[in-house]
Amino acid sequence: MGKPVKNPSKTSLAPLVQVQGDALILSGELIFSTVPAFGEQTSKILKKEKPVMLDISGVQRIDSSGVAYLEELQLALQSRKAPKAKEPKPGIFLLKGINDNTRPVLETFSSLKLPDIPMAEHISFFEGIGSGLVNGFKAFGESLVIAADVFFWSFYGLGNRSGQRKGSFVQQGVALGVQALPIVALLSFIIGFILSLQSAVQLRNFGANIFIADLLAVTMVREMGPMLTAIIVAGRSGSAIASEIATMQVTEEIDALKMMAINPVRYVVVPKFHAISVVMPILVAFSILVGELGGLLIAIGYLDLSLESFVNRTIEILTLKDLVVSMAKSIWFAWVIVVIGSYYGFQVKGGAEGVGKATTASVVASIFAVILFDALFSLLYL
Amino acid sequence: MKNTQQTQPLISIKDLVAKYGDKTILDGITVDLLPNEITVILGGSGCGKTTLLKNILRLYEPYSGTLRYWGQDVLSMNEEEFSFVLKRIGMLFQNGALLNSISIYENVSIPLEQHTKLNREVIDRIIRVKLNLVKLSHAIHLFPSELSGGMKKRAALARALALDPEILFCDEPSAGLDPLTSAALDELLLDLKSQLNMSIVIVTHELASIHRIADKIIFLDSGKMLFYGTLQAAKEAGIPQIDTFFEVGKF
Repeated sequence: MGKPVKNPSKTSLAPLVQVQGDALILSGELIFSTVPAFGEQTSKILKKEKPVMLDISGVQRIDSSGVAYLEELQLALQSRKAPKAKEPKPGIFLLKGINDNTRPVLETFSSLKLPDIPMAEHISFFEGIGSGLVNGFKAFGESLVIAADVFFWSFYGLGNRSGQRKGSFVQQGVALGVQALPIVALLSFIIGFILSLQSAVQLRNFGANIFIADLLAVTMVREMGPMLTAIIVAGRSGSAIASEIATMQVTEEIDALKMMAINPVRYVVVPKFHAISVVMPILVAFSILVGELGGLLIAIGYLDLSLESFVNRTIEILTLKDLVVSMAKSIWFAWVIVVIGSYYGFQVKGGAEGVGKATTASVVASIFAVILFDALFSLLYL
Repeated sequence: MKNTQQTQPLISIKDLVAKYGDKTILDGITVDLLPNEITVILGGSGCGKTTLLKNILRLYEPYSGTLRYWGQDVLSMNEEEFSFVLKRIGMLFQNGALLNSISIYENVSIPLEQHTKLNREVIDRIIRVKLNLVKLSHAIHLFPSELSGGMKKRAALARALALDPEILFCDEPSAGLDPLTSAALDELLLDLKSQLNMSIVIVTHELASIHRIADKIIFLDSGKMLFYGTLQAAKEAGIPQIDTFFEVGKF
């Protein structure tokens, strides 16, 4: 077995461009690898000479790039003769020397008689804004329809579990809840720890060490617990919901369900809706507890508070309303995440690319919606 | 454009074995494919047709055996060396394998922009010609998601033809196409062979297509090559599996 040659392509004959009288004579091989060299030689010659004929009798081999180049050359030369002409008229500029080697390739790859390429639709700046707004309203309307569908079937499904796969509630509960526990715990602990550390430095300056418990309890219960958990769930489970439904959509699984007289929302979305409605408050409660734990470490280690005083103060400051609002928020955020994930999943267009776009859009929209609703809750239940 | 390598096999496969894990998919395939011929790989489902094609293209690395293109051992080539071989061949995948995020025009322009130093005007003309060859001039600015299955396949063929390959590989080009489109595609393949001396290797089940275009057939059964030769010779060889294949496929 011989040593492999680095470039096994056929060796091509060097390009040569000459002028004889009125004719521009090309010889060698007019192929992908030599066309740029032909172009350089020709442009140098055309600065001085004005040929009216192309002679390709010396061209041994030609391919589609050679044909395209010849046509571009003809166009350039033709425009020189008649500056207003946009396209060469075949036959006016003489191409001679076509032989049996080059004829079939020229015939196959000639673009002179091709129709013009239809221009890609150009959308102006204001048209873009207008159509963006229209599409936005349309999407909002469609998302409301899907939301209504999801809510209707989810509440209906509480009493009637037909149309749902057996065991899907538990399966979804594990996927959306149990598997999210470690990441929720880790991030909540870190957030609780950082919040307390940053606040502790300031509080100690004023001798208000005990208020670390107030600060952390209110922050974690009212805001950080529900919002942080919702953002994690939106990124983790919301994306999974969107990509699962989108994949089912592009692989026609959703159509297959419809053809089996199964409502895809009931079969695919409702178990997720039920499961997330149960696991989200648990995750939020867990997040608050672990966040408090992170703060407790600072309170004891940095501010010299006792465990008892920290816990007592925390219980004192929290009201039932705080806990109820926190849980209500968590359930509402969960529903928002499921509805947005489902909306983007069902609206997917295209193949794998569409699935990726739907997933990304769903995560961005979910996080945006979660923060927006959190702000609304804060305003309503300050 | 006479080929000076007429006597030399275009692709030479010797004792090729392909495995998925412990399972042997292809067992000792030995065949020389000749230039300027349309070779059809056929056989029942699961016999190893696509696996053979993908091994020939090194999309799957063969378990053992030798594989030569134009007399050169490609299995010992590194990626860079093999890329020079790849630039001389084109592949039409079963579902087109177009890049979904870009238009048909841009899909066809990829090999031209990546592997040539041609200027934009020349590239533009080549793309228009290649899309016209597959009758897709009207769809030049559309995206793959806006095309039907047959149109996707034709767009993918235009991309495979972008660099004027010397060998074109096609995995089930007619699958899912209506008879008229399928016949037009076969005509195009025959034109490419006769006008441009292109060699074509096709995996297909379509008997009508096989009858129209095959110069030679490779018949596989359970990973073994039962026959290589002309279609007529295959029918006269008296091999029961081949006889059954053509008999059952009659309509």
